[in-house]
Amino acid sequence: MLRFAHLLDRLLYAPQRNTKLKLMADYFRSAPDPDRGIALAALAGALEVKSAKPSMIRALVMQRVDPELFGWSYDFVGDLAETTALIWPERPTNRAAPALGEIPSELDGLSAAAASEVIESWLDTLDATGRWALLKLVTGGMRVGVSARLAKTALAEAFGREVDEIEEIWHGLEPPYGELFDWLEGQSDQPDMSQRAVFRPLMLANPLEEGDLARLDLSQYVAEWKWDGIRVQIASRGGEVRLYSRTGDDISAAFPDIVDLVSFEGVLDGELLVQRDGEVAPFNDLQQRLNRKRVTRRMLQDHPAHIRLYDILFDGDEDLRSLPFTERRGRLERFLEREQPERTDLSEIVNFEDLEALEALRDACRGEQLEGLMLKRRDSVYIAGRPKGPWFKWKRDALTLDTVVMYAQRGHGKRSSFYSDFTFGAWREGEGGPELVPVGKAYSGFTDEELKRLDKWVRDNTVQRYGPVREVAHGLVVEVAFDSVHRSSRHKSGVAMRFPRFHRIRWDKPVEEADRLESLEKLIV
Amino acid sequence: MARAARRASWIRVRPEGLLVEPGGFYVDPTRAVERAVITHGHADHARPGHGAVAATPATLAIMRTRYGETPFGTGQPLAFGETISINGVSVRLVPAGHVLGSAQVVLEYKGERVVVSGDYKRRPDRTCAGFEPVPCDVFVTEATFGLPVFRHPPDEDEIATLMHSRRLFPERCHVIGTYSLGKAQRLISLIRAAGYDRPLYLHGALIPLCDLYQAHGVDLGELLPATAGEKGKPRADLSGEIVLAPPSAIADRWARRLPDPVVAMASGWMRVKQRAKQGGVELPLVISDHADWDELLQTLDDVGAPEVWVTHGREEALVHAARQKGIEAKALRLLGYEEEG
Repeated sequence: MLRFAHLLDRLLYAPQRNTKLKLMADYFRSAPDPDRGIALAALAGALEVKSAKPSMIRALVMQRVDPELFGWSYDFVGDLAETTALIWPERPTNRAAPALGEIPSELDGLSAAAASEVIESWLDTLDATGRWALLKLVTGGMRVGVSARLAKTALAEAFGREVDEIEEIWHGLEPPYGELFDWLEGQSDQPDMSQRAVFRPLMLANPLEEGDLARLDLSQYVAEWKWDGIRVQIASRGGEVRLYSRTGDDISAAFPDIVDLVSFEGVLDGELLVQRDGEVAPFNDLQQRLNRKRVTRRMLQDHPAHIRLYDILFDGDEDLRSLPFTERRGRLERFLEREQPERTDLSEIVNFEDLEALEALRDACRGEQLEGLMLKRRDSVYIAGRPKGPWFKWKRDALTLDTVVMYAQRGHGKRSSFYSDFTFGAWREGEGGPELVPVGKAYSGFTDEELKRLDKWVRDNTVQRYGPVREVAHGLVVEVAFDSVHRSSRHKSGVAMRFPRFHRIRWDKPVEEADRLESLEKLIV
Repeated sequence: MARAARRASWIRVRPEGLLVEPGGFYVDPTRAVERAVITHGHADHARPGHGAVAATPATLAIMRTRYGETPFGTGQPLAFGETISINGVSVRLVPAGHVLGSAQVVLEYKGERVVVSGDYKRRPDRTCAGFEPVPCDVFVTEATFGLPVFRHPPDEDEIATLMHSRRLFPERCHVIGTYSLGKAQRLISLIRAAGYDRPLYLHGALIPLCDLYQAHGVDLGELLPATAGEKGKPRADLSGEIVLAPPSAIADRWARRLPDPVVAMASGWMRVKQRAKQGGVELPLVISDHADWDELLQTLDDVGAPEVWVTHGREEALVHAARQKGIEAKALRLLGYEEEG
C-alpha cells in the first residue's frame, strides 16, 4: 500500500507527461502481484471497490478528534480525505498495513458499518500518505492527472511493448490482470480475445498541411465529409456489445440507445452524433451526453444518438483490416444492407472533379455541423495509429478574431517560470465608453521564442497581481483562432469559443483596432 | 476568593514586540529599539538597527553576515548557560534547536521565571544545539505549525524520497527550494548523513551562511556555486546534480538555466498538497525547523508551565489544546513574524 501511496503522491505533483510515465513504469516493473494490477485498475479508472461516502470518513475522524481542532484543520487544508489522513491519531495496533491487492476483496460484500470498521483499522496501520491514498481509493476518484490511456502507455513502456498491443486485449481483462502481467513478462502468450468485444486501436488521419495537396495524386483518394461529432468504435462479439471512444474508453453505459439496439456481430468505425429527424445537431448537443456514467430517459429522448459509419474492421470474426479501403467500403455497404442496424447510416462518398472543386466543397462547410473533408487513399489498409499518407483530414479554415490580452498566468512543468496562459477580451460599449470583456483563454499556438517575448511583455506590463494571475495593461493584440463559437451562460461575455489558440501576435496593432464582441456574436452557429 | 495576581505582569506586549519592563529591553522586537535580546538570526526576529543586542555569539555572527559589520550599536555575546543581569532582570540563554545559535531566553524577576522560546523544534539536528526544556511559570511559544494536521514525517524518509527521485531521473537536476539560514544547512547535513558525498551546488544567496556554518564547525562537505561568472552562465553540467536555492528562485527565471530540473521544496508547509501544488513544486519534502503539533504539545508537558502565551502562528488551536490540558493560555497576536516553515 505504501509504495502505491508514494506513487500517487508523486503523480499528483508531476507536471510532465514523461515524468508520470516514468513513475508509473517504475512501479509496474517492481511492485508485486496482485498489488500492481489493482494499482493499474485504480489509475485506469477500472477499479470496482466498495465505496465509502465522505460522511462515513467524517464520522470516523470525528470519533477521534476534537471537533474544533478538526474544523480549523479542515479550513486550512480544504480537503476532507487529506485532512483526515493528516490528523488521524493512530492507536497502537497489531494489524499489519493492508496490501493494496487485498483491499477491494476485503471490502467486497461488507455492510457499510462493517466496511467502516475495516477502514478505521487500516487507518491505524498507515502513515499520512498511506492514509490519504487509502481514502482516495475507497472514496473513488484518484484525481492525480492520469488517464486510462496514460496508465496503459506507461505499462507498455515498462515492458517494451506497443500500447496498442495492450489496447487490443484491455477490455477483455479484469483486475488484477494476472494474465496481462504474465504475458508482459514473457511468461505466457498474449491472452486470446478473439471471442470478446474488445477495442481495436483506430486508424487516425493526419491534418493536411500546406504543400501536401500539390504532392497528392487526388485520383487515388476518396473524399468524405468530416462530421463534427466524436469518433467511436462499436464492437459486438458473442452477445457482448461495447461502444469505445477514440482512445479506447468504454462509453457504452452512456449510450444505451446505441448499444441496446445492436444485433449484428462485428466491429465498425464511425462518427457519434446527436441527430433529430435526420438532421445532425450541433456538437454542443452531443457534449451534453458525453462524460456521463448514466443517462436519463429525457436525455435519450431529447438528444438521440446516432452513428454515421465509415469503416468496418470485422464482419463477424472475419478480420477485414488488411483489405484496401475500397474493398472494406464495399463490405461495409453489404454489411449494412444485410444487418440493417438501427440508429446508423452510411457516411456518403463526396464526389469531386478536381482540386478546385474539392476546395470549394471544403470552404462551403461552415455552419452545417461539418468540420471539413476527409481524404482516404483507395488502397489504404487499416493500420492502428496515425500513419502518414493514407488518410488526411482537411479542416475548414479556423475562425479568427483580434483580441486584447487582459490577464496572464504561469504555466506548469517546463513552463512554470513563464507566463503562458492568457485571457483575452474583445471590446464592447460599456457605461463609461468602450470596455474590454474577457472572451476566452489560450495557452498554445506560439513558439518558444514568442513565449519568451510574451513572458517579458507580461512582466513589464503588469498593473495588478491576484495570486498567480497578473492583470496586464491593455497594450497587446493577439489574433486568436478558434473552431466555432456558441452561447454560454458561464462566461461574462455570454459566448464561449471552441479550442481557442494563438494565431498571430500583433505586436504592431493598436489595441483600439481589436475586434468587438458583436463580431464574435455574429459567428455563433 | 481573591483573584490571583496576573502572572509575569512585568512583561508587556508593545507595538515593538515583547517588552521586559523592569529590564528596559525587548525580546526579538520587530522595530529598532534601544536594547534587545535576540533569540535567533532569522530576519523577522533579528532586525537591524537596535542599540545594544545580547545574543549567542553565533546569532551575532549571523546578523553581521546578513546586515554588514554594524547591524547594531553594541553586541553582547552570551554563551549558552551564562547568566547576566539587565537592570535587575536575570537573563540566560538555553538552546532552542531551531537553527545555529538559536536560543530560548530564560527570564527571572522577583521569583518568577518566564521562558521566551523563540522558534524551536524538538527533533535532532546536527547543525545546532538541541532544545532543552526549562521548567517555568510562563512559557512563551510559537505556533507556526499549531494545527494537528502538521505532524512532520521522519527526516530520513523525506531524504529517501529525494534519493529515489534521483535514481528515477538520473539525467535531470534536482533543485530544492530552501531558506538560506538553517534549513539549507540542515538539509545539506541530512543529505550527507544519507551517504551522499557528491558536491552540492548552491545559489549565490546561500553561500555566505553555509560558509559561516562551516566556520562554526558544522561540516557540510563539498559545496560549489551553481552559477558563476558575470552573466550567470551555468558553471558546470548540472545534470543529475542536486542544487539548493532560495524558494523564490526555484520556479522563476533563475531556474531556467538548470537542465530540466525536478523542482523540490523543503518546508513543513509541503505537508498540505494544495500549498505544494500552488508553488509549482514537483517534489515536496516535508522538512521543517519548527516544532510540529505533537512536539508543541510535548513541550508544554515538558516545561510544565501553568500558563502559556502564544506569539505567532495558528494561535487559536494551540490555545484551545493547552486549555484542554488545564493550562492557562492566551494568544499575544504579535505582528511581524513571518510564516517561514
